[in-house]
Amino acid sequence: MNDPLLTPEQNAERRRNLKSRNLALGAVLIGLVVLFYVVTIFKGVPLLNQRPI
Amino acid sequence: MHKSAIRRQKAENLFLDSGFRLPVSDLAEARDFFALLKPRVMSLVIFTALTGMVMTNGELHPVLAFASLLCIAVGAGGAGALNMWYDADTDAVMSRTCARPVPMKRIDAKAALSFGLTLSVGSILSLGLFANWLAAGLLAFTIFFYAVVYTMLLKRFTVQNIVIGGASGALPPVIGAAAMSGHITLDSLLLFLIIFLWTPPHFWALALLKSDDYKKAGIPMLPVIAGRAATRRQIFIYSLFYTISAQFPWMAGNAGNIYAAIALATSAVFLLLSWRIVVNEDGPLLDQSCKHLFAYSILHLFILFAAILAEAAFIGSL
Repeated sequence: MNDPLLTPEQNAERRRNLKSRNLALGAVLIGLVVLFYVVTIFKGVPLLNQRPI
Repeated sequence: MHKSAIRRQKAENLFLDSGFRLPVSDLAEARDFFALLKPRVMSLVIFTALTGMVMTNGELHPVLAFASLLCIAVGAGGAGALNMWYDADTDAVMSRTCARPVPMKRIDAKAALSFGLTLSVGSILSLGLFANWLAAGLLAFTIFFYAVVYTMLLKRFTVQNIVIGGASGALPPVIGAAAMSGHITLDSLLLFLIIFLWTPPHFWALALLKSDDYKKAGIPMLPVIAGRAATRRQIFIYSLFYTISAQFPWMAGNAGNIYAAIALATSAVFLLLSWRIVVNEDGPLLDQSCKHLFAYSILHLFILFAAILAEAAFIGSL
């Protein structure tokens, strides 16, 4: 994970950058899951109501 | 030293000290990827698309409408990232754009390309699933028009670049209306026309201020090719057409008397500011007039669309 050619401060900055990106990506992925789940409900409910008994 | 210059220096040091083994994208923070999306443009797209949606009588559930608006916003962000990928060379030369993530070496161009393509394709497919395929097709066309037609073809080769290319910025209300109703509405085309005619005076006011930058970057903006006097005249002519078009929603019966009064008053100010650009000679007064028109043009568009939105959503004049 640490690059031997970089100073400890530079490695720390690099780890901070990677962490912020990973957190942002995780939040976006969770948000997408929730969005698709909610949209499926609202798109799917009218179709369920149209099913023959 | 300016903050962006400091960040650029740190990024370059990091890259150089690693012996070129560190991928440039490893230096990027989340906010750098967010900056690729051109957030200010995205906010305008969201607002105009929302106006197109609200003024359309459609059958889309509000939750699906919100999801569709998100897709339109992400699509606009994807187009912005693609623009930043292609324009990395000219962005590096211009003072206005040299702090962007790619010229600052925080994100490499290939990562910007992948990011832009992923967002574009994802937003188009999602919009098709959430709303309808007409809206998705319009979004796809908008992204293609901005990233390919404007960025790659028009911007570097013709003085009419932002006139024709402005169509992509004018399409969000049409996409929003299509998402709600499943077809292209006349109301949304009026909004398209307003934004299309707004684009030249807005960008040419900026181009007058930054003409040296555009000349350095080799971009054929009107002040560089036709001269400053011709640009000032064109700004006024397009301002006239724009302010007339701002009255169309009321004349077509799509907006009420409150909008009419607001549009008339604010458009008069817009015309006055553009007239000051015509009459002021080159110098500090002209620069000030350009800054005023540029800033006011953003406010004016916001006021017009907010008035339409407020009437459609709360007063029910539509």
